[in-house]
Amino acid sequence: MTATAQTAKQSTPAFAEAPIPARAGVGLKAQHYRTILEDEPDIGWFEVHPENYMGAGGPPHRYLSEIRERYPLSLHGVGLSIGDDRPLDEAHLQRLKMLVERYKPGLFSEHLAWSTHDEGYLNDLLPLPYTEETLARVCEHVDQVQDMVGRRMLFENPSTYVRFAETDMGEVDFIAELARRTGCGLLFDVNNVYVQATNHGFSAEDYIDAFPVEHVGEIHLAGHARETDDLGKPLLIDAHDREVDRIVWDLYARAISRAGPVPTLIEWDANVPEWPVLFTEAMRAEEVMRAACGRVAPAVREDERALAV
Amino acid sequence: MPSLSEIQTRFVTAIRDRDLPPPEDIVGRGGEAPERRFGIYRNNVHVSLVEALMGSYPVVQRLVGEEFFRGMARVYVGKALPRTPVLIRYGDDFADFIEDFEPARELGYLPDVARLEWAWNLAYHAADRDPVAPQALAAIPPERTGDLVFDLHPSLQIVSSPWPVQAIWETNTNDAEVRPVDLTSGGGDVLVLRPAYDVELRLLPSGGAAFIGALGDGLRLGEAYERAIAASADFDLAANLQGLIASGGIAGFGLADPVAGLDDPNAGTPDINNNGE
Repeated sequence: MTATAQTAKQSTPAFAEAPIPARAGVGLKAQHYRTILEDEPDIGWFEVHPENYMGAGGPPHRYLSEIRERYPLSLHGVGLSIGDDRPLDEAHLQRLKMLVERYKPGLFSEHLAWSTHDEGYLNDLLPLPYTEETLARVCEHVDQVQDMVGRRMLFENPSTYVRFAETDMGEVDFIAELARRTGCGLLFDVNNVYVQATNHGFSAEDYIDAFPVEHVGEIHLAGHARETDDLGKPLLIDAHDREVDRIVWDLYARAISRAGPVPTLIEWDANVPEWPVLFTEAMRAEEVMRAACGRVAPAVREDERALAV
Repeated sequence: MPSLSEIQTRFVTAIRDRDLPPPEDIVGRGGEAPERRFGIYRNNVHVSLVEALMGSYPVVQRLVGEEFFRGMARVYVGKALPRTPVLIRYGDDFADFIEDFEPARELGYLPDVARLEWAWNLAYHAADRDPVAPQALAAIPPERTGDLVFDLHPSLQIVSSPWPVQAIWETNTNDAEVRPVDLTSGGGDVLVLRPAYDVELRLLPSGGAAFIGALGDGLRLGEAYERAIAASADFDLAANLQGLIASGGIAGFGLADPVAGLDDPNAGTPDINNNGE
């Protein structure tokens, strides 16, 4: 056969590097694509789950590319299952690598959790026992994925509903040791801290004060749902379905006072509101950041504005 | 102490089997049996996967109602977890499952509607290619048209059904109030295609599915014509080829080397420019 007369090979746009500024961003939802492209709101950056962009083509990639042309982008994976005892899924690693190469995200993060077993993918972030065995396994996986993707990643402190009898290490110690051994960065989810503190009965302030903030490259804020546990005590669910709780805002101010200005994301994944509601939450995060640190990434933004004019 | 592997196996086994108690090494606040706490995980896993199926099969859901759909999907999730974290690929055999799902047996059209929805999903996420322009074949010498071979568009699929699945899909997708569909009105072959942003559905003319299937197998135009004529005596080549190109179904084409030793030099050279009028 001769070569096809029309190869029609889709050219993939090459994006310029765009670091994530120490401003507020929001999780990008499909229902907001058009509003964002039409209004170009003054927001620092967007974040997506790479798993939602693992089709070969189609509208999700077209919208994401158009948004990536105008804003810095962060990839926040949910499917890597870094805490799995089993080997990481090579095919999934390849897909992540391809997306990182295609979109050149300013940040790339995942969760301290596991989600896959022999039967398949469970689509939830499952908790880990904090032991030396788990730590060694997680470190091995983090080394593998950072080598493979060729860049430093951030890992997020979890929200959990149960603990394991086998756990013999504190969560903050576990996370600090993970960062020390692998050189990975940390994504500090302040809502998760409050969920953990409530569900397992410890002080959220102590957790924040002990957290190794020198490794923190990003902060997450989200709303949680309130239920009760088997003893009738409060059990918080990391639902991402409403505004950030008042107490979590206070904890955020405490965290950001320690960490300094850090890119901060509003996650809102269920009961997603109209764009202005989400935007208002992001602007509130910038106000808190400004009040706590006296600045919101002034250098990067002024430069970008000067270039844009 | 149990290994991480044993801990995780116990955890998953208890998530999947609602009749099991939480694993023994799971603790809550004190010494209580953490049924509710562990239940959050059971719920997250199964509800989120049911909702992933709701996202991929909105028409099936509208046809049977949310409550029935959730029940049916929950049985499916119980049988088959996703094989990858890429949830847009989850539910690829949901139609086969529905076919064997006893409570839905009366709805004979339901599995084919699910097949059409899955084809829509595949087309939506398929690789992007620019279709060839309608006049692109004009430069091919008439004596060589039988040797044309085509790259079908990556999003192209055909769903064949004895039921009017396209009409069912259209009204359940586009109408606030569903129009009645005559289930005895017959089915056909639905072409599913996304040439640019939007997935389009089109009922193929007689023999069209056999024709496009043959082109997809890499057969020459002449051979595909033979196959289509064999499938349907009133197959109209010019109308089918022009329809396929006009709908954006062709992403590239080329000329295969002439077939050696053909008795009739014109056997593989059907007239593609006859518009049948």
